[in-house]
Amino acid sequence: MSSVNPSAYPDTDSDAAPPRKEWPLWEIFIRGQHGMSHRHVGSLHAPDSEMAIKNARDVYTRRNEGVSIWAVESRHIAATVPSEKGPMFEPSESKVYRHPTFYDIPDEVGHM
Amino acid sequence: MADTIDRTALQQFLLRMGDNTLILGHRVSEWCGHAPVLEEDIALANTALDLIGQTQLWLDYAAEVEGAGRSADDLAFLRDVWDFRNVLLVELPNGDFGQTLMRQFLYDAWASIMLGRLQKSADERVREIAEKAAKENAYHVERSADTVVGLGDGTEESHTRMQAALDYLYPYVGELFESDATDAAMVEAGVAPDPAGLREDYDALVGRVMADATLRLPEKAYVHRGGRSGTMHTEHLGHLLCTMQWLQRAYPGCRW
Repeated sequence: MSSVNPSAYPDTDSDAAPPRKEWPLWEIFIRGQHGMSHRHVGSLHAPDSEMAIKNARDVYTRRNEGVSIWAVESRHIAATVPSEKGPMFEPSESKVYRHPTFYDIPDEVGHM
Repeated sequence: MADTIDRTALQQFLLRMGDNTLILGHRVSEWCGHAPVLEEDIALANTALDLIGQTQLWLDYAAEVEGAGRSADDLAFLRDVWDFRNVLLVELPNGDFGQTLMRQFLYDAWASIMLGRLQKSADERVREIAEKAAKENAYHVERSADTVVGLGDGTEESHTRMQAALDYLYPYVGELFESDATDAAMVEAGVAPDPAGLREDYDALVGRVMADATLRLPEKAYVHRGGRSGTMHTEHLGHLLCTMQWLQRAYPGCRW
């Protein structure tokens, strides 16, 4: 049994993908400012990657949220299976020593 | 600047610019909540808002030049059909989504060239407005051109609809390039270019996009005119104003 489900998202890559009437789904990642990482902000539909970027610009950056946009077709995302979250995530719950909470981070370090 | 030139002509020029963006902006806003997909709905609303924002700048200046104590809001909401100076193209009904985007591209393509020239205007205010509007327009024209290509070179149905939209709208394009005494005064003062001089660049741009879209430009079409001169608008403008001006007409002086 695998805890990774490559077809967690609609229309996932497969040999027998039926013809779609809807535009494919895209996941949108936006970088708010230079030096930060791109963050997932939501998803949208678009016919191709160029329009996905344009739609993302119109849907997710109209209030000056970003300086960079990534768009990834949702079907290319591999995801964990919700029902397998026990074996996947619970083993790390009891291992408090893995958290870097036993020392102070100097303010000068800034964003980590 | 405005003191040394024909103020009536300058005001007419500014009305033409501002009425184009006002009427097109309102038309595009009619899609809000009705577009075929959510993403296009938001994109169209953004475009409409950009155009209304540009309207504010053009009509503010037009009202100032007029010097009759009227505001941009007065010009937008208290004038009747015969006082509007927009080209007929922008007041035409939305039709289907393809027709709306075809009209948008035919306008955006003209605006991209016009705003480029206006950034060299001798009038500082005109230059500033054009600089701001050109950034917004650069995105609009890219988006509308892409959509025209996508739908034109799309399915059999989308192609047929886009060709029908082009056939319907193209006779209204010629008005964008007409020149009259107002334009001559603007050229003389260095405020704006002669509209006729934009045609070559326009034809090149539109020809390129239509070729990519596998659409055929109508040959020597009749030119509908009368909007920018104010002689005759289509019957559609009155209906548009009914909706757009209703609140100010029913509740004069009402504020948000």
